[in-house]
Amino acid sequence: MSARTQTFLWIGQRASAAVLALCVLVHLCTIIYAVRGGLSAAEILGRTRGNAAWLGFYSVFVFAVAVHVPIGLRSILAEWFGWQDESRDLVLWVLAAVLAMMGIRAVFGVFG
Amino acid sequence: MNARLRNDFRARNHPAYWAFLVHRLSGLALALFLPVHFWALGQALQGAARLETFLRWTDSPLVKFAEWGLVVLLAAHLTGGLRLLALEFLPWRDWQKSLAAVAGGLALIAGLAFALAL
Amino acid sequence: MPREESQTVLDVVTYVQRHLDASLAYRFACRVGMCGSCAMTVNGQSRWTCRTHVSRVADDGRLEIAPLHNLPVVRDLVTDMTEFFDKWAKARGRFTGTRSRHEDFERVPPAGRREEVDAGIECIGCGVCYSACDVVSWNPDYAGPAALNRAWTLVQDVRDAATIERLRAVAGDAGAHACHTHMSCTERCPKQISPTAGIAGLKRAIAMAALKGEL
Repeated sequence: MSARTQTFLWIGQRASAAVLALCVLVHLCTIIYAVRGGLSAAEILGRTRGNAAWLGFYSVFVFAVAVHVPIGLRSILAEWFGWQDESRDLVLWVLAAVLAMMGIRAVFGVFG
Repeated sequence: MNARLRNDFRARNHPAYWAFLVHRLSGLALALFLPVHFWALGQALQGAARLETFLRWTDSPLVKFAEWGLVVLLAAHLTGGLRLLALEFLPWRDWQKSLAAVAGGLALIAGLAFALAL
Repeated sequence: MPREESQTVLDVVTYVQRHLDASLAYRFACRVGMCGSCAMTVNGQSRWTCRTHVSRVADDGRLEIAPLHNLPVVRDLVTDMTEFFDKWAKARGRFTGTRSRHEDFERVPPAGRREEVDAGIECIGCGVCYSACDVVSWNPDYAGPAALNRAWTLVQDVRDAATIERLRAVAGDAGAHACHTHMSCTERCPKQISPTAGIAGLKRAIAMAALKGEL
């Protein structure tokens, strides 16, 4: 992988971090609001079903996560587990795709 | 090739290194948790009842405690990440050295808020 | 070992070599913090020994003196610093000017970018930061704090004409973007330089160049 591509990975990591900072803040507030009095499926789905703003927000959240997580793991795998050849990057591309798909599936699970 | 010595705890024992360690370990834990989280919410595809069954399982005190841990980790990764963005993108100032403490404090406040809301 | 007032760690090492074990190998030259040759680890932390007072670092009256970390040990307290300096060269650590001796001096405004240069220019090449850095341990290709700090002072030098080549040389996994902001270099630098700040500057400058398609 060229140093140029590695630079774009760094940019992707920071850009997704900036998006995630906002998403996580909203998410944390939602969590703390939602757990009051316990969680129930009816309560959660009542908030999310058919809510387009919610769908848009969490779709962005999932996409940013799918970018952020594999790039972060890339450093950990190299530095702590000594795995730094191309096979690592291939596996991480697959992970990014799997995370995005699982995430979107979850978002539609509670939206539809 | 002659041997090289490596850093141990004594070389690493300073605030910025601790901040790094918290950021890395919380990130790793969150990365491992995410697929489970997505899978659990995906249960709703099979109807509200299926999700409800899962949510009742999460009522156990042990799971609640794990959830609290995850909220703290998420808050710590958020504040630690904001610290890193400030260090990398803002002009270098001495006050940035205190950011690790601010980040830790905010993460604890989030953890406390979650615990109180439970 | 006699304890003396204002005794430095280098004094201790010298005493050992002169009175206890004449075979001890170590390196020093100026003894006043200019040359950067006497760096070692003292109780696990990288330091310049000639200006480190024993009273400040002794732990319960004990000193553990070892060679710098992350560099091959030649003998006793002496490390082979070849790779450390090779990485400066690889990071294009030499000035590339545009003027000849027949032209007038360039006037550099002391404010702005020159302040960034001045903040990093006092490096004595002692290797303390390289020894303290965990990313160097984890990633042997990593340029390390000193080479990147040098590259940054040249990138900020308005007279230098090789900025893009230099940014290319220090981009990505073996360069600035591998830095995790542990700040061990900044913590240990005896000249109070913050390589972390310079590396952050490089990260931004390289990213800007990449986004503009110049990298």
